[in-house]
Amino acid sequence: MAQVTLHKVVKNYDETPAVRGIDLDIADKEFVVLVGPSGCGKSTTLRMIAGLEDITDGEILIGGEVVNDTPPKDRDIAMVFQNYALYPHMTVFENMSFGLRLKKVARTEIKERVENAARILDITELLERKPKQLSGGQRQRVAMGRAIVRDPKVFLFDEPLSNLDAKLRVQMRTEIKRVHQKVRTTTVYVTHDQVEAMTLADRVVVMNAGIIEQVGAPNELYHTPATKFVAGFIGSPAMNLVPCALEETAGALRVRLNESVALPVPAERTARYRPFVGRDRLLFGLRPENILEPRGQLEPGQQGFEVVLDVAEPMGMDTLVHFLIAHIDVCGRVSPNAGAQTGQRMKLVADMNHMHLIDDDSGKVV
Amino acid sequence: MTTAAATVETKVGPPRKSSMRRDRQRALFWSYVFLIIFVIFFLTPPVYMIITSLKTSAEISAATTPWWVLNPTLQNYVEILTSRTYLTFFRNSAVVALAVVLVTMLVSIPAAFALSRMKFWGSATLATGVFLTYLIPDTLLFIPLFKIFVFLHDLTGIEFLNHWWLLIIIYPTLTVPFCTWIMIGYFASIPKELDEAALIDGAGYLQILTKIFMPVALPGIIAATIFAFTVAWAQFLYPLAFTTSTDQLVLPVGIVTTLIKGDVFNWGQIMTGALLGAAPPLIIYAFLMDYYIAGLTAGATKG
Repeated sequence: MAQVTLHKVVKNYDETPAVRGIDLDIADKEFVVLVGPSGCGKSTTLRMIAGLEDITDGEILIGGEVVNDTPPKDRDIAMVFQNYALYPHMTVFENMSFGLRLKKVARTEIKERVENAARILDITELLERKPKQLSGGQRQRVAMGRAIVRDPKVFLFDEPLSNLDAKLRVQMRTEIKRVHQKVRTTTVYVTHDQVEAMTLADRVVVMNAGIIEQVGAPNELYHTPATKFVAGFIGSPAMNLVPCALEETAGALRVRLNESVALPVPAERTARYRPFVGRDRLLFGLRPENILEPRGQLEPGQQGFEVVLDVAEPMGMDTLVHFLIAHIDVCGRVSPNAGAQTGQRMKLVADMNHMHLIDDDSGKVV
Repeated sequence: MTTAAATVETKVGPPRKSSMRRDRQRALFWSYVFLIIFVIFFLTPPVYMIITSLKTSAEISAATTPWWVLNPTLQNYVEILTSRTYLTFFRNSAVVALAVVLVTMLVSIPAAFALSRMKFWGSATLATGVFLTYLIPDTLLFIPLFKIFVFLHDLTGIEFLNHWWLLIIIYPTLTVPFCTWIMIGYFASIPKELDEAALIDGAGYLQILTKIFMPVALPGIIAATIFAFTVAWAQFLYPLAFTTSTDQLVLPVGIVTTLIKGDVFNWGQIMTGALLGAAPPLIIYAFLMDYYIAGLTAGATKG
């Protein structure tokens, strides 16, 4: 059993805070991804779990034991680094068995465990090679193999795919997920790539400026972001965030974006949003896929409006259209058959059932 | 427009190429000119030594051409290699040089590891300090060193001066700073993740040093070894000041002090002795040159 618990963990570098008191419970066998922009403290958090960084304050527990003062080698963890950190003078076999050899595990058992891990990762034929003779993807596999061989309580991944090219990254992403399903070890994975986070994680932890913004399943974060930061960070292209005013006429609420565009709030949200009527500093959030071309009859909650397209970007499966509302670039996602073209006047539909309202003072989604 | 631009380009293209070739040729020509000047400048003394070493004393003193041997003889070599004093010098030099290399490595490698990896209070200052000590010339150091050993003699009663083994204690003051400095640079180029991976794999600091750092930094270690050996082998001032008895001398001093008898310069033997003395570093360089270059250019490119 290896759950990982962070309790009010703080890390300061000299006087600069890197992590400002985070609480996190990671269940046994769970795959948790820490995601956030660079400098948000995600790598520091991972390195504190690994024992490579001291903890300024708080507690870290692995498998129910406080490990604050336990050296890395006694934490029973394995880590995969961004630059692989393979020992260049050793063969793949020696790289993978290094930890076991230090622990004086019997030679036959080492061989068995290395070969088993090599089979899982499909690198059996590489065992006698040196890291220099391997491609980036192969090195990544070896680094993962080195972690698997040790059969640790926890896997730690520190941006393991960042050094790979785009195509290989997608491949290895699938590979990591496959390996986790086979090996079922508690995993903490750090990345700045929200797509990686969404695709891999059981639960995603979004971090920003040293604190946790939100923890949740990928779809939960996507559909019900808790803060402005999560709303803007998760999803690509990013959610449109436009300053707005909330108006009430005859019991119905409307989101006013500028003089000409005002969108009705779905009736079931009226009660929730009413306290914000007339407030300053509100943001209206809507994802690009909820701004589309009219498709027959408008459904309840959908509202048509007309814009002049700034840019149309055909993506193949769909076309991204950009236009300005209140001097802010807004992106919509229309069918490639809608004939969207740069400079064209176009009717679009906003699906208000997926709207978000953000209080920009507190940064919270209401 | 575009076609016009294209024609202009094709017109400009070929002459530019040939002027590139001409530039390259000119550069190569001057490179060779200067290389040849350098080769002549640096190889003339050893060539002159070889020629002289093959001559008899009579032929050397006869006013014939110094650049050709009329009656080649190996007599000088036979005399030198059968002379007990010369062999003693050679042995002293060899033992001192090897011991100095050993001592230097035993001090420099752990020191460089500590200074490059273990962050402790004052480690950065210490690393700079190590290098600064290298900048103090031995001509300034030998008098205080001499005084120290006189003082130690008064204190302990052990006679340090005029023993060849004293050089094993003194030479590291020259070799350790520079070797430590080379090794710090080399160790610093090893990615931090490598020791972190080893740390997680369960290695202690000593194991990280011996199992990861030393094999990975082998070219750097070899470069430092060659440097330490060369310094220990060729050092002249310290043995001249600290040793005087014939049986305690090392090669560079021995050749000068014993082969010059009064005002008689036995040039043939001096040249032979010097040539034979220069042989060991030459052989080591020849075998380890590739490593040496790799060591000095470490970290220049990503592996």
